[in-house]
Amino acid sequence: MTDSSARAAPAVDMRGITVEFPGVRALSEVDFRLLPGEVHALMGENGAGKSTLIKALTGVHRPTSGVILLHGEQVGFGTPVQAQDAGISTVYQEVNLCPNLSVAENILLGREPRRLGAIDARACRARAAELLQRIGLSIDPASTLDSHPIAVQQLVAIARALAVDARVLVLDEPTSSLDAGEVAELFRIMRVLRDDGVAILFVSHFLDQVYEIADRMTVLRNGSLVGEYLPTETGRLELVSAMLGRENTVLEEVGRRSQERAPASVPVLTARNLGRGGAIAPFDLEIHAGEVVGLAGLLGSGRTELARLLFGADRADTGGLSTGGRPFRPRSARSMIARGVAFCSEDRKAEGLVADLSVRDNLLLALQAARGWARPVPRRTADALVAEYIGKLDIRPADPGALTKNLSGGNQQKVLLARWLITRPKLLILDEPTRGIDVGAKAQIQQVVADLAADGTAVLFVSAELEEVVRVSDRVVVLRDRHKVSELDGADATVDRVMASIAAAHGEHGRAVAS
Amino acid sequence: MSVMDVRSRQVRVPRRFLPVAATFAVFVLTFGAGSLRYEGFASPQVLTNLFVDNAFLIVLAVGMTFVILTGGIDLSVGAVAALSTMIAAATLEAGWPPLVSVAAVLLTGTCLGLLMGLVIHHFEVQPFIVTLAGMFLARGLCFLISVESVSITDPAFRAAATGTLTPVEGVTLTYSVLIALAVVLVAAHVLHRTRFGRTVYAVGGSEASARLMGLPTGRVKVGVYAVSGFCSALGGLLFSLYMLSGYGLHAVGMELDVIAAVVVGGTLLSGGVGYVAGSVAGVLVLGTVQTLISFEGTLSSWWTRIVVGVLLLVFVVFQRAVVRRAR
Repeated sequence: MTDSSARAAPAVDMRGITVEFPGVRALSEVDFRLLPGEVHALMGENGAGKSTLIKALTGVHRPTSGVILLHGEQVGFGTPVQAQDAGISTVYQEVNLCPNLSVAENILLGREPRRLGAIDARACRARAAELLQRIGLSIDPASTLDSHPIAVQQLVAIARALAVDARVLVLDEPTSSLDAGEVAELFRIMRVLRDDGVAILFVSHFLDQVYEIADRMTVLRNGSLVGEYLPTETGRLELVSAMLGRENTVLEEVGRRSQERAPASVPVLTARNLGRGGAIAPFDLEIHAGEVVGLAGLLGSGRTELARLLFGADRADTGGLSTGGRPFRPRSARSMIARGVAFCSEDRKAEGLVADLSVRDNLLLALQAARGWARPVPRRTADALVAEYIGKLDIRPADPGALTKNLSGGNQQKVLLARWLITRPKLLILDEPTRGIDVGAKAQIQQVVADLAADGTAVLFVSAELEEVVRVSDRVVVLRDRHKVSELDGADATVDRVMASIAAAHGEHGRAVAS
Repeated sequence: MSVMDVRSRQVRVPRRFLPVAATFAVFVLTFGAGSLRYEGFASPQVLTNLFVDNAFLIVLAVGMTFVILTGGIDLSVGAVAALSTMIAAATLEAGWPPLVSVAAVLLTGTCLGLLMGLVIHHFEVQPFIVTLAGMFLARGLCFLISVESVSITDPAFRAAATGTLTPVEGVTLTYSVLIALAVVLVAAHVLHRTRFGRTVYAVGGSEASARLMGLPTGRVKVGVYAVSGFCSALGGLLFSLYMLSGYGLHAVGMELDVIAAVVVGGTLLSGGVGYVAGSVAGVLVLGTVQTLISFEGTLSSWWTRIVVGVLLLVFVVFQRAVVRRAR
């Protein structure tokens, strides 16, 4: 593949691209070229400028300076429409489709087959079915999009990208919500398209995936180009150091989790027979002070649902909770916050942060809520706290006045985390705190979790990545099909055991065996 | 597990149509109740009169449906309708040919709507405020033309107003009804069979996504207000046929009736969900309640307001329940 494509003229040639936002220089002088018939991975930490580069290419942002050549001709896209019309299709990390419309409509919106000036509904459904079949997705094109899980919606977005005869396909972290089977399916489709001569720009945080599919890699760091690499000639460690700009020791440091710790006599939170119909079957769970409990399971196994029940974000049908031996029924998130429970949502955009407020204001929100409106936080205390947590979590830019929406995903996640840490919770529930963020920020967040536990905070850590759950946790709770199937302690909590526990339950009638 | 599957499937398939179906059911129920209670209620003419008396409301509701589907709101429709009756009456009095007068009315309404749409889109102002300003403007313009009611004496207009059709024995229709039905059919076609219409739904579902999909969201957002302005003007014309006069105090508060009809018809105020057929059903429900109360005779006509208020509340709560159950 690389042989033929190395000689071909670039499909996209970006030269000296600089993008500036008020107060932030997101990209400076970046060169990037994408050849026809290759899968080109764009790598870098959060805030490295990957998204910005993609948005400059797809017409969402206008570069402050630099030129973009598409098939040798200079282009300047003012809107995503112009980029699409020029043959650049994009699938974003967050599904950007209309949940209220049907699958077929979402695939074809804006380019529906028409007859006598009117949309031909039958032809639409047929064309959509054909495109869905091409990516091996068997769903009813007439069904409403929001009746499908996120992973399916993501594949629908890819079907939409196929609907235009795209010569450049941009996939911005399409795999972050897909399970292994779906990723394999996506890669199959990507290979087919690549062999058809489509130039594919692929962003993923999973190194395995990049090494499996990419023909070439470009690494960005802090808004600048680090270099272009071939996966066949570049080792993982070399790549990671290129991304991080330092020797990769952070990850190993966090690896020292499972030291012996005597559990406190009284659990911080105990759930008895807690459950909610359609969300999670009744389960028992104890979380002790200074303990990190991991929650592992496949997509849709009920991880988030369990976390939301514990936090009172959803109301339980059965069972109850108790703190310090006193039972109660979780009524609302507010009552749980009052009991010292904090919850970092998986969906940081919709449920966590106020994007239009500054980092400082976001940090102080939860603190003020905990104190009540009648007791304002003194300005000096507030400034000191904000500075402390910005430093502790290495939030970048380290400017309390920066608007949260201008921060990268990883830094937004850190702001959310810091916001809850300020309130000094007894139990911190982290739902996918590292999803869609880079290796460096991931390691920092894992380190923070380890430090918190050492200080006596109880942590419930939810993640789709087994290695991460196992590395961070003292105890791993395994979920499968909305049931708690096992609990693995200390030395038993290895990736293999967790995986076996998830797999053991499959296709069997009885509940899985715990350790 | 299988029991749950069956139940969720039953809810899922008709969920989109559930609110509309419920509105039609309420219409059938109220009409049926009236038929049982009052002799002569169940005649085809009473049913037809619902359309005759509410033709203008149907047209306004169609325009409003476009706007609400994008997640917007248009408070100016009543005032624009009043302005339309005024312009029609004044120009006819000045001796303009009826067709030119009609064209002037439609043009004025469409331009007002277009103007509001442009302000909403380009200055990113809330539709509520912009159309509130439009409402005051249009209402004020009425009194600039005349503070008195101006009666319409033009023979062609009078003929159009009083002319009736008898498609079936015992049923008489006015031309207004035909115009209203034509508007409904054209609107349904535009919403479901054109790219403009599908973009209206897409903008209501997720405007940011629609923009990233490369849809002309700006043009559509401006367009729906122009459509609503046109419908307001046309509705105003039908209203001037109904009243045979132009007056600045016509159609006061009608925008609220229209919004009520659209919401009772199952269109979500947050946008993206709803049908013109639902809005028609909403108008019919409102009309039936009014007819019921006039049949009762002893009740004050303000009871209509009370019943409509209760219905509105019930429907909004019902919609929430449907949406929540689907989650």
